Amino acid sequence: MALKIVKGSIDRMFDKNLQDLVRGIRNHKEDEAKYISTCIDEIKQELKQDNIAVKANAVCKLTYLQMLGYDVSWAAFNIVEVMSSSKFTYKRIGYLAASQCFHEGTDVIMLTTNQIRKDLSSPHQYDTGVALTGLSCFVTPDLARDLANDIMTLMSHTKPYIRKKAVLIMYKVFLKYPESLRPAFPRLKEKLEDPDPGVQSAAVNVICELARRNPKNYLSLAPLFFKLMTSSTNNWVLIKIIKLFGALTPLEPRLGKKLIEPLTNLIHSTSAMSLLYECVNTVIAVLISLSSGMPNHSASIQLCVQKLRILIEDSDQNLKYLGLLAMSKILKTHPKSVQSHKDLILQCLDDKDESIRLRALDLLYGMVSKKNLMEIVKKLMLHVDKAEGTTYRDELLTKIIDICSQSNYQYITNFEWYISILVELTRLEGTRHGHLIASQMLDVAIRVKAIRGFAVAQMATLLDNAHLLTGNTQRNGICEVLYAAAWICGEFSEHLEDPMQTLEAMLRPKVATLPGHIQAVYVQNAAKLFATVLRKHEGETDSHAAQETSQLLIDRLPLFVQSANLEVQERASCILQLVKYIQKLQQKKVEVAEEVTALFAGELNPVAPKAQKKVPVPEGLDLDAWINKPPSESESEDEKPKAVFAKEEPKHSRSRHTEVDEKELARRREARKREQANNPFYIKASPSSQKVYDAPGVEHIPVVQIDLSVPLKVPGMPMSDQYLKLEEERRQKEKAERKKEKKKKREKRGKERKADSGPESEEDIAPAHQVDIVTEEMPENALPSDDDDKDPNDPHKALDIDLDKPLADSEKLPVRTHRPEVLKSPAEDRVNESIPQETKKRSGKEKKEKKKGKEKDRKRSKEEKKKKKHKEVEEELLESHPEEAVQSEETKEAATPPTSTSAEASELDFWLCSAPVPPAAQEETAPSSAAAVDTSSAAAPESEPDEPKDAEPEDTKSSKHKKKKQKKEKEEKEKKKKKRHHHHHHHSNAGGEDSVQNGTVEEEEPLPPMSNYFLLAENSYIKMMKEDADQVYDIQGNHQDESKVVVSVIFENKSDSFLKSMEFNVLDSLNSKLQRPEGAGAHDSLTVPFQLPPGISNEAHFVFSVQSIVMPQKLKGTLTFIVKSDESSTHEKLDFKLHFTCTSYLITTPCYL
Amino acid sequence: MIKAILIFNNHGKPRLSKFYEHYTEDTEQQIIRETFHLVSKRDENICNFLEGGLLIGGSDNKLIYRHYATLYFVFCVDSSESELGILDLIQVLVETLDKCFENVCELDLIFHVDKVHNILAEMVMGGMVLETNMSEIITQVEAQGKMEKSELCAFLSLCRPLSFSVPDRTGRHRLGSQGLRRVLCRP
Repeated sequence: MALKIVKGSIDRMFDKNLQDLVRGIRNHKEDEAKYISTCIDEIKQELKQDNIAVKANAVCKLTYLQMLGYDVSWAAFNIVEVMSSSKFTYKRIGYLAASQCFHEGTDVIMLTTNQIRKDLSSPHQYDTGVALTGLSCFVTPDLARDLANDIMTLMSHTKPYIRKKAVLIMYKVFLKYPESLRPAFPRLKEKLEDPDPGVQSAAVNVICELARRNPKNYLSLAPLFFKLMTSSTNNWVLIKIIKLFGALTPLEPRLGKKLIEPLTNLIHSTSAMSLLYECVNTVIAVLISLSSGMPNHSASIQLCVQKLRILIEDSDQNLKYLGLLAMSKILKTHPKSVQSHKDLILQCLDDKDESIRLRALDLLYGMVSKKNLMEIVKKLMLHVDKAEGTTYRDELLTKIIDICSQSNYQYITNFEWYISILVELTRLEGTRHGHLIASQMLDVAIRVKAIRGFAVAQMATLLDNAHLLTGNTQRNGICEVLYAAAWICGEFSEHLEDPMQTLEAMLRPKVATLPGHIQAVYVQNAAKLFATVLRKHEGETDSHAAQETSQLLIDRLPLFVQSANLEVQERASCILQLVKYIQKLQQKKVEVAEEVTALFAGELNPVAPKAQKKVPVPEGLDLDAWINKPPSESESEDEKPKAVFAKEEPKHSRSRHTEVDEKELARRREARKREQANNPFYIKASPSSQKVYDAPGVEHIPVVQIDLSVPLKVPGMPMSDQYLKLEEERRQKEKAERKKEKKKKREKRGKERKADSGPESEEDIAPAHQVDIVTEEMPENALPSDDDDKDPNDPHKALDIDLDKPLADSEKLPVRTHRPEVLKSPAEDRVNESIPQETKKRSGKEKKEKKKGKEKDRKRSKEEKKKKKHKEVEEELLESHPEEAVQSEETKEAATPPTSTSAEASELDFWLCSAPVPPAAQEETAPSSAAAVDTSSAAAPESEPDEPKDAEPEDTKSSKHKKKKQKKEKEEKEKKKKKRHHHHHHHSNAGGEDSVQNGTVEEEEPLPPMSNYFLLAENSYIKMMKEDADQVYDIQGNHQDESKVVVSVIFENKSDSFLKSMEFNVLDSLNSKLQRPEGAGAHDSLTVPFQLPPGISNEAHFVFSVQSIVMPQKLKGTLTFIVKSDESSTHEKLDFKLHFTCTSYLITTPCYL
Repeated sequence: MIKAILIFNNHGKPRLSKFYEHYTEDTEQQIIRETFHLVSKRDENICNFLEGGLLIGGSDNKLIYRHYATLYFVFCVDSSESELGILDLIQVLVETLDKCFENVCELDLIFHVDKVHNILAEMVMGGMVLETNMSEIITQVEAQGKMEKSELCAFLSLCRPLSFSVPDRTGRHRLGSQGLRRVLCRP
């Protein structure tokens, strides 16, 4: 054996190792491919050998070849072999190769599961480390599922080296196997406070990465991160946290307020530019999220802008770039503060670095005003001329157009100038953006009526000089402009001075070289021009000119009839026939102009791109209604293969059908509406969209009137620069005029004047034209902005998981088990079993309940009115608190316990509230807290602070803040009270179905509707159910002193095994304690006084003593029991949570579980 | 997240490529070529960030690179990474290489790409920054090196010792000499 190894290793001496391979490749520069192919053959031989050292060497070489672009997936199995070597050296080679070339499609990956698991649990930390590193690159959903539990264990490994790797890889596992997120999250959260900085940093890294995609789920971690931010000195961690806060602040403005101070401190204190920059960035995000106009924040903006200016002025190009980048973020919300640095930004336009120039361009977009638009665009046009690379020039072009057209041409005062700019831009060589210029020309010409005359003249010139644009085949991007030019000339031909000449230009043989869609427009608009020419010459005694035109068309159109493009061909032959017919009429001296013009009569209005989508469904039209009777399935199969053109048939039958069954349909519609109204899963239309829609006629089209006193000036030459001078002159004149006026009016409006400061404010510059900007047509009530849909393929979407929900049993990570799990829990069984029991109970109490029920109903309706008010307030609150809002929506479906989530949420509220409450929020709280006082007047305020937080360690808040807290406790208490009340309302409002929320119920298993018990917890063995609130147990004992609450729990054995030795235990809180037999310790559990054979259920009562009835309680508990089957017996446990809400105390219902 | 780490020389020859998302070999080569074209065009004293949707998905991504002597170190990252932080990470990487290879040059990377991979694995894992502390990285790399050596010694005791001939180092450009420049404060 030893001899064999020696022999193998001697063989190896003669093999090429990686270095030899590299050297060989370098020595065979001419025939590299050939050399490598011989090497691959050698490698294939080596892989066939038994010696693992040889194999590893071969795999190592393959890894190198993979980098050079050679496919090595054929060796995947050998890689797995090398991975499974017991030697670290080879294992590492194997894992490296795997990480470089394995992916989800690699089929041998499934063979690795056990090997990886073995390596993960290896006693050598580097074996584990190498396995983790490799796995992070090729983890698949299957691997993630199978190994999630092993990796989770490693997160608590003794060695920080393994811990940090395990923590990091969890992110990859979450991505591939989203179900693992919730079970693993608590441990991940723990790692945020790991003693090792590396592990801490890894945990921060993972959570930041998760939170970036779904920030709302991580809002509750804000206090923890805040603590880390104020305590950590690791700049990497700080940067990550600060970036995370940047993502969180838009969701919670109060968080932003809290952040401003520490961030400002960091900005002042840090010497690391990277940290400074991220701080500035997050402060900007905070400022954006806060409502503007807060006086004390202008200082923060100033600080940011100041620091950014320093960055931009730095000689380091990187800092300059980042400074500009951040500046553009400020620009969106605080343009004024950026505009003062215009000089600096214009300076950056001349930078030699293209990235910086592009950034500066972005900034310019927000800096233009009516005053400086022409000047800035002039500067940009100069850059366009100078620019060398086409990409940068194209970028400039789009920016010019963006800048000018932004917010509905808001800043353009002279559209003639703009048209000339557009015309100048057409002279650019080789631009890709011809269509952009074209669409601008069309848009301006259509929407700015006053400019049409000028535009048409310009376009006619363009058409005339078309050869300049099309002459070079490389420049065909720009010929899109001709599309616009032809259309404008045709549509607004009445403005043309010499339509005949334009018509001639449009029918030149050269046109046939243009792209088909442009030719089509040419042909169509030639017909329009023809109509104009005819009309022009109508009435003239000499009809020679008109006839000449017809002849021209008849001569030239055949060229287009032969076009390869169908559209061109069709239009041309159509129009050719028309013209021939007209010619005949002309020869008979018939006046045809009127009729020909009628072909193109009517105004075309611009339609907003999203208008179609926004058209509301008219009243009475039901898009869900069947047009025909729903066809039976067999029928539809038969019909399908029918001819393509048979589609029309059903249309006919549709109209008949609807008429006949009008009444029946109305009836059905009513029924469906009712059903939908009752169905909680049906998304009801919001009231706003139900507004009656009356189709807007032409007179409804909103027309923006810009009134002005200066008459139109038409300069001779369309050079944009001239406009600049003209504009300046005009402004000077206006200024002078206004000064006169001012003198007169000064006394009158002294106060108003102060508002618009500056010698020449925006409003003062009046546009040079009397311009009607026709806005695009949109249906009423529709907004042009539209919600952008997220990418449905985003893998992070699956990770949008509520992390505050308590873990359901089904969510545990799969663990390898030796005994098969009993998985028999069909819902029907339970229904059958629980119903008879309940009915028995009911019958006894029914009479009592009926009476009570009536009373309750009355009470409820009264209360509901009150609650409605509260709810409105609540909704407002929820808006500012998106997490809660989302959760309460979710509860309807997922039936999660809202109290637990809201407890966490209120904790966050509490933390956030130690920052000064914004005045708006205070106003909100005032009325509701007043309402809260009367119901909870018996409250003992001293006992308040220790309540809902006991689930979380107090130390999550820094001691520094504790002091603050105490000061503000009074305010807080009121706020909390109010909060709690909202929660009650929330429960009772939703009525019957809502009460399900109180148990942790799994989604898939709806409860039997008759049950007055609620699921508390369950696993595959046992189900625990809580008693409904309707069954009242008297509070025993004294109200003032100590109240007792009796909780009855039904235990149901779901398994095939015998359950015994059940022990019920609850972790007492300060307020509520489980009453235990005398002599028992505070942590002892109570034995459930029965055993459960398979399928049997029984009920047990537990007594709790309650100190204060003004506090909601959340108690954690466990049930332990022994499962005894024929072969074995195992010890199992089940966790649950008990919820005592305040309302349950108040309405003498001891427990509202 | 870091999407990819590429090291190539002034002629675009790849010296190390690490993709944290799967691409086919052809696409990988194309990405390397494209990145090289983008990066090599740029002057020495302009900013080290490049925007633009490359083959590696989406406009969210940025290229952050540094040029040392004959080598370009390029990181492709998304918006969750701090730009300056990554620049520093590149610096840490190069300094670590310099320590591990004792005055690193391109040839070290050419002949010991596996070792470079191992060093990188201690810094970045699955696209996320694992460790930024240089001494910690070096400790772990050396510990693993020792382990390898001990395994090798056990193996070599069975046969004649191997001479690890280091490739000739004439005319090599030290990265460290002119390359290591500290522009920013290390975060």
